[in-house]
Amino acid sequence: MTAQDELELLQRAAARLRGRVIAMSHAAGSAHLASSLSCCDIVAAAYWGVCRIEPQRPEDPLRDRFILSKGHAATALYAALAYRGFFPESLLDTYCQDGGLLAEHPPARTLPGVEAATGSLGHGLPIGIGMALAGRMRGERFRVFALLSDGENNEGSVWEAAMFAAAHKLENVCVIVDYNKWQATARSNETLQLVPLREKWEAFGWHAIEADGHDIGALARLMRAVPDGSGKPRAIIAHTVKGKGVSFMEDDNNWHYRAPTAEEVVLAHKELGLA
Amino acid sequence: MRNAFADELTKLGDSDPRLVLLSGDIGNRLFDKFRAAHPARFYNCGVAEQNMTGVAAGMAMTGMRPITYTIAPFVTTRCLEQIRTDICYHDLPVMVVAVGGGLSYAGLGPTHHACEDIAFLRAIPNMTVICPGDAWEVRAAMRAALQQDKPVYMRIGKRGEPKVHTDTPAEFAIGKALTVAEGSDVCLLSTGTMLPEAVEAAHLLAQDGVSAQVVSCHTVKPLDHDFLADAMLRFRLVATIEEHSLIGGFGAAVAEWMVDIGSMPRGFLRFGTPDAFFKRSGEQEYAREVLGLRGHQIAARVLNSLR
Repeated sequence: MTAQDELELLQRAAARLRGRVIAMSHAAGSAHLASSLSCCDIVAAAYWGVCRIEPQRPEDPLRDRFILSKGHAATALYAALAYRGFFPESLLDTYCQDGGLLAEHPPARTLPGVEAATGSLGHGLPIGIGMALAGRMRGERFRVFALLSDGENNEGSVWEAAMFAAAHKLENVCVIVDYNKWQATARSNETLQLVPLREKWEAFGWHAIEADGHDIGALARLMRAVPDGSGKPRAIIAHTVKGKGVSFMEDDNNWHYRAPTAEEVVLAHKELGLA
Repeated sequence: MRNAFADELTKLGDSDPRLVLLSGDIGNRLFDKFRAAHPARFYNCGVAEQNMTGVAAGMAMTGMRPITYTIAPFVTTRCLEQIRTDICYHDLPVMVVAVGGGLSYAGLGPTHHACEDIAFLRAIPNMTVICPGDAWEVRAAMRAALQQDKPVYMRIGKRGEPKVHTDTPAEFAIGKALTVAEGSDVCLLSTGTMLPEAVEAAHLLAQDGVSAQVVSCHTVKPLDHDFLADAMLRFRLVATIEEHSLIGGFGAAVAEWMVDIGSMPRGFLRFGTPDAFFKRSGEQEYAREVLGLRGHQIAARVLNSLR
């Protein structure tokens, strides 16, 4: 596959994810649509371009781990896992339905491919670091990717984990911060100051890099480069737009909680080239 | 108790390569032998208990058998959500070990007391709660806990507690009450480090012609329902004894169970700490004396209740 072919594949995967999370949010009337849209390029890069995974062997001890620490973007994860073949696509129709397996946040040990139950912020990175340490103890060379929201950087446990990973030179760990500049009810930097976020991660001992969080090719390259021989864990500060991909949702924080109407789904799909 | 923990840990680490110790910057020199024998399986996680607990969960997801260890309030309430969500929701084989349970570190003040931990942890699904009665029970509990591949909370004392057993009790099993001394009139159900006080109470009661059975109820969750049902019928009085709040602890668990099954013993007493912080300086023995938890005070209250 040429680089151009691969880029088109990743972009197509991201667009499909966006289309699906919009439909799922509409069908379930569920919140966090804009948070899911903001990370679809990162999730697509991970599942189609970076992670060494075999959907038929979700428990393979040597697999790369992708942890959606920002568990409120569960629809993006569910759609990616279904499209990659971890479970049937038909399961996506049961999202948030009574008696289903797909709750609004990823569940523990019930769905193939979900590495950790998340939803309470600040949990995914410590868990991922534990996985990476255990792997290193056993001589296994898998990598752990943890996707954090910018609001999640409010949690002290994130910074506990950051210092711990640096002290142990865990260079097979990679954090991606989905830096869309919003948290649930306000601008993130007006809530708890994140700026300068890259420098913060760097000061905590990480190899910290800023990136365009919607340049899917660049994201894939940066994630694939883990481990990079620096002896440091990697942090990718991915600048994103909340609600990315749908003009009337972009950077409008009402879509943190709003679900789209049927008409809005049609409009959004058209914009994504899916109609 | 903590020396027994460290020693048993080293032995278990020799035979189980999955065992990893995560310490919250505590136990200076305590783990020297473990570290010498297994340098790659000891992590000082610093004063960062939330991360330590999450790391333990991640290790357990990846096939290891981690133990988190620091002073009781910091290894439980400081990181309670990580215990609940990371360990218990995923039903992972992590052992959370608290040193200084109850008022073991009375002298350090209420920041270091732990009289609510049993209440918090027994409410979490999938969690087993074990409070060994002496150093021998610590060893037995560790062996049993590693066997069961489930979340376990183990609450131990500090060092130098009197030993009640003379060896590792062969009949020790998680969820099974362990009778330390037979008796026929009253049944003293002790959990954790109160066991020597219960033994002392039984000794004093005998001098007054009251025969007391002493039982180490080292497992607060799950309770030994069969044993309890039998004790409710056999004894004139049943007492629960713990260094923990009367709210939500061992005595509360027994009382809840009695209400649920609709059966009450003829007499029932609960010994525990009150709904208050213990703000005075002084060591454990003094605190127990103030709170009516010494053996002689237990004996006196039991006698009074029998009259």
